[in-house]
Amino acid sequence: MLQRQPALQHHGSALCGRCGAVLFKSIPDGVDRVIALALAGLVLFAVANVFPFLAFEAGSQTTQTTLFTGVRELYAQGIWVLAGLVFFTCILAPLVQLILMMYIFVPIKIGKVAQFTKPAYRLLRHMQDWNMIDVFMMGILVALVKLTKMATIIPGVAMWSFVVLIFVVTGASASIDGRVIWDRLEKTK
Amino acid sequence: MTQAGSALSVSMTGCHTCNQVVRIGKNSHHQGLRCPRCGTKLHPRIHNSLLLTWMLVCLAFVLYIPANVLPMTRVVALGQAQEDTIMSGVIYFIQHGSWYIGLVIFIASVFVPMLKLAMLMFLLISVQRKSQWRPRERTRIYRITELVGRWSMLDIYVVTILIALVSLGVFADIDVGPAAIFFAGVVVLTIFAAKSFDPRLIWDNIETEQSSLPPEEQGAKYIDR
Repeated sequence: MLQRQPALQHHGSALCGRCGAVLFKSIPDGVDRVIALALAGLVLFAVANVFPFLAFEAGSQTTQTTLFTGVRELYAQGIWVLAGLVFFTCILAPLVQLILMMYIFVPIKIGKVAQFTKPAYRLLRHMQDWNMIDVFMMGILVALVKLTKMATIIPGVAMWSFVVLIFVVTGASASIDGRVIWDRLEKTK
Repeated sequence: MTQAGSALSVSMTGCHTCNQVVRIGKNSHHQGLRCPRCGTKLHPRIHNSLLLTWMLVCLAFVLYIPANVLPMTRVVALGQAQEDTIMSGVIYFIQHGSWYIGLVIFIASVFVPMLKLAMLMFLLISVQRKSQWRPRERTRIYRITELVGRWSMLDIYVVTILIALVSLGVFADIDVGPAAIFFAGVVVLTIFAAKSFDPRLIWDNIETEQSSLPPEEQGAKYIDR
């Protein structure tokens, strides 16, 4: 529905007068917040992927897995469609999301606009839909309960950083106010 | 703003990405138009939204059957093979004391996809019958379908983590069953189905019947947090 844009106070939200959906929010320091959280997210992402995710102890045997092991195993079993889907939703989508946030908002912070800001922002919106790391975390919990009777499971450094990563990415996404980008684009025209 | 009305009724449309309001031609088909501010393709209404959504919903229904009947995992331990479907996994958990885990899997894998498909069908039928019934609540139902769909990926992730952990050991071996692919198909299809449904169609039916909302409810509101 076509409607006039109301003036917002600090931390206010504009809702659609008809269906009640949030149209936009006023987020003071939004740009700073996005950059800070995205930077933290990139570090956490690196830790989550490099270090062992879970260690699995059964009898005298110990095995360690990283985040990527599951994807590789799916691929090894010949189910590359699933391997691709898991890789995309749990590794690629959050990574691309974080990189795009930096690419768009760091130039804005220093008063410029990156060359491909528009397609980058569109891609960012798509990636937000396909990022499912929170669901993956729930999957870990279920798998842990399933296996506790068989063996001892020791969560690794990577898992803790993955948990924090979920909150960081969500927080960064929530701090994005597209209007900042469009205002800047208009000024630099 | 004195009279609530759609942007389309005054030859305008909003951009999905940046919310820019764009003036569009009155009689054109609006194909291939792009937002002048951010470059997103403009859809005054999603083209063939109902047909596309129906197709995706029906296809998801078809895939839902093998996803539940065929085995999700095949565990080989000590020379014995055991195949598990989604439901037998749920029952296993309930019988072995961790009923809450069984409940989580049941909600994510069985209940949520069904609920989502049912809600989308309800919305499709209500739009086709030009229903006037509670447009606000129906729009809310649509937003729920958008939110919950991703949680159905849960079982796929559980299987991924299981094979990552177990296949490295020697005492047991887990193979992913054919149901997993069908199941992933259901999840992805329902996500696309929710995206292809255009919630503005709900309101188009209301508008043709004149605006029924009192004047003070029209126009954007703002709230303070």
